[in-house]
Amino acid sequence: MTTRTPMIEMRSVSKHFGSVIALSDISMQVYSSEVMCLLGDNGAGKSTLIKTLSGVHQPTHGEMLLDGKPARFKSPAYALDAGIATVFQDLAMVPLMSITRNFFMGREPTVGWGPLKRIDWKYADRVAKEEMAKIGIDVRDPSQPVGTLSGGERQCVAIARAVYFGAKVLILDEPTSALGVKQASVVLRYIAKARADGLAVIFITHNVHHAYPVADAFTLLSRGGSLGSFRKEEVSREEVLNMMAGGAELESLDAELAEFQRDDKAKKASLAEQDAQPVNETSSTEPPSPRTASGY
Amino acid sequence: MNSTETKQSVAPAAADQDERIQRVSFWKKALNRPELGALAGAVLVLAFFIAASSGTGMFTPAGIINFLEVAAQLGIIATAAALLMIGGEFDLSIGSMIGLAGILIAIPAVEYGWPLWAAILLAFACAGLVGWINGNLVNKTGLPSFIVTLGFLFILRGLAIGTSRLLTGRTQVGGVQDHIPGDWFAALFSGEVATGLFSWMAENGWMATNFAGNPTVTGIPVSIVWWLGLTAVATWVLLCTPYGNWIFASGGDANAARNSGVPVQRVKISLFMFTAFSATIFACIQVMDTGSADTIRGLLKELEAIIAVVIGGALLTGGYGSAIGAALGALIFGMVQMGIFYTGVNTDWFQVFLGVMLLVAVLFNNYMRKKAMEAK
Repeated sequence: MTTRTPMIEMRSVSKHFGSVIALSDISMQVYSSEVMCLLGDNGAGKSTLIKTLSGVHQPTHGEMLLDGKPARFKSPAYALDAGIATVFQDLAMVPLMSITRNFFMGREPTVGWGPLKRIDWKYADRVAKEEMAKIGIDVRDPSQPVGTLSGGERQCVAIARAVYFGAKVLILDEPTSALGVKQASVVLRYIAKARADGLAVIFITHNVHHAYPVADAFTLLSRGGSLGSFRKEEVSREEVLNMMAGGAELESLDAELAEFQRDDKAKKASLAEQDAQPVNETSSTEPPSPRTASGY
Repeated sequence: MNSTETKQSVAPAAADQDERIQRVSFWKKALNRPELGALAGAVLVLAFFIAASSGTGMFTPAGIINFLEVAAQLGIIATAAALLMIGGEFDLSIGSMIGLAGILIAIPAVEYGWPLWAAILLAFACAGLVGWINGNLVNKTGLPSFIVTLGFLFILRGLAIGTSRLLTGRTQVGGVQDHIPGDWFAALFSGEVATGLFSWMAENGWMATNFAGNPTVTGIPVSIVWWLGLTAVATWVLLCTPYGNWIFASGGDANAARNSGVPVQRVKISLFMFTAFSATIFACIQVMDTGSADTIRGLLKELEAIIAVVIGGALLTGGYGSAIGAALGALIFGMVQMGIFYTGVNTDWFQVFLGVMLLVAVLFNNYMRKKAMEAK
């Protein structure tokens, strides 16, 4: 694994906005056919990092390598051309435009030449329909506005678009955060499929439960810096959550961990011993939680 | 036994429902066209005036040409305003640009002996510059185009009056008609299209063929040709070209468009330039037609253009609309303006009607957009 060239690599990348250091000295490697989960709390620098990767921002220091070659993107269009597709939180979709128009936005397929060059709507509609069918969404009419789709479906259109246009690196910004359980699982399944297709996927989230099942590696960000990258084999779900919570502040971290385990326990308890004591009271009197006294 | 029964009872119900969905989606599709409201409105207005103005000559060929000419002049700038509004911006400087462009054509030609084609090219060059500045100011400052172009509404009007008075001592410049004969470029903006293009259009059925054989109408005023041509090109661009898709995207969500690789800034600059060009085309036709330029020409035209575009089904917030709708909006405008004249109603009422039309159109559009966005 280590002898492979990473599909995308960041070497000591920093980004400053005036006097604010949004990112400092971030290094990260993502290989193809892998999902790298980028975890971090609010304000950790996740958004700045992906905006740097996708060409919205340019790094102040450091360099980025795409497939071993140094890369610098002046705008999102350059990053797109280089094969880095980003699905932003706002999905980069226009609700009033049709699925097909959105799908091919900025990269319309054309036929004809000169002043008669026009969009090949037949082809575009067919491709949009096919690509949506591949991920299990039956689009009755690809000319219906994207605004009529559900959140999960829109997310899938955005991802399908990125994959279709030959992305080598797929960056997903919180793709599951606004979704219900069922829709989130559709998106997660699709992420797994993109990985199987050989893409390098960078999956930004702060939900470890969504990240852990599909991830191959984790990079943790905190306050603009990296806490390091870990292979999935090296860390447990709890450890990831542990690190996400901040590392140094042990007390609150312990509390959170305990709360998490207790939730698990409470769920099991409520399932197994439904007719025992009421769940709420059990958990509040349970001794091992250090949260009760000082924690917060 | 039981299971087969349920299957049988379920299957036809499902088929029924499918059929119904198909039917609804067909209607929705028809209703989702932005120009539908304008088309209905145009038919309504047409029917009303056919009934109300019988015997007044409004619907003789000459009368039709009359109101089409009014519609055409507005339609030329409305087409450009429609593209710009779909692209998410306004241009309130169109009217002032008309005044300035007229002065820029007339003064060099009449006072300094420039050939007319050179004067017209100067006007177009200045218009391009104005559009470019408008677009760049909006892009670079992030200010609403409403404010930026409101500034230019006054700047351009002031420039027109100031320049004219400085160079000629007057605010009106006449005598342009003496320079038209023999000028190849001015011919594009003057007179009537009688032979070549006219018969071609008749063949294509764009205009009722009885005009062609009718001796009372010598030809189609050039403004109508410009109007139809620009509408056709704009419709083609919007529906069939990548650039059209970029216009929708830029107006629908500029950020999303940028992140998808659409050159939003270039799209907006080009649209502002197009509105300024359309104002110059308007000015050319008007100057050639009347033989004079006046600094107050084009007053309130920017608002009339916006009204036509909104009646045509475009959303003020951008991302939705059509050039055909704008043309229908201009047609309604022309029919009502001339219809009121023909039917003998006091023309003061025209503005009341216009305002009511605008409000009805906006309410209708908002309602339709909500319908379109309803979950499938």
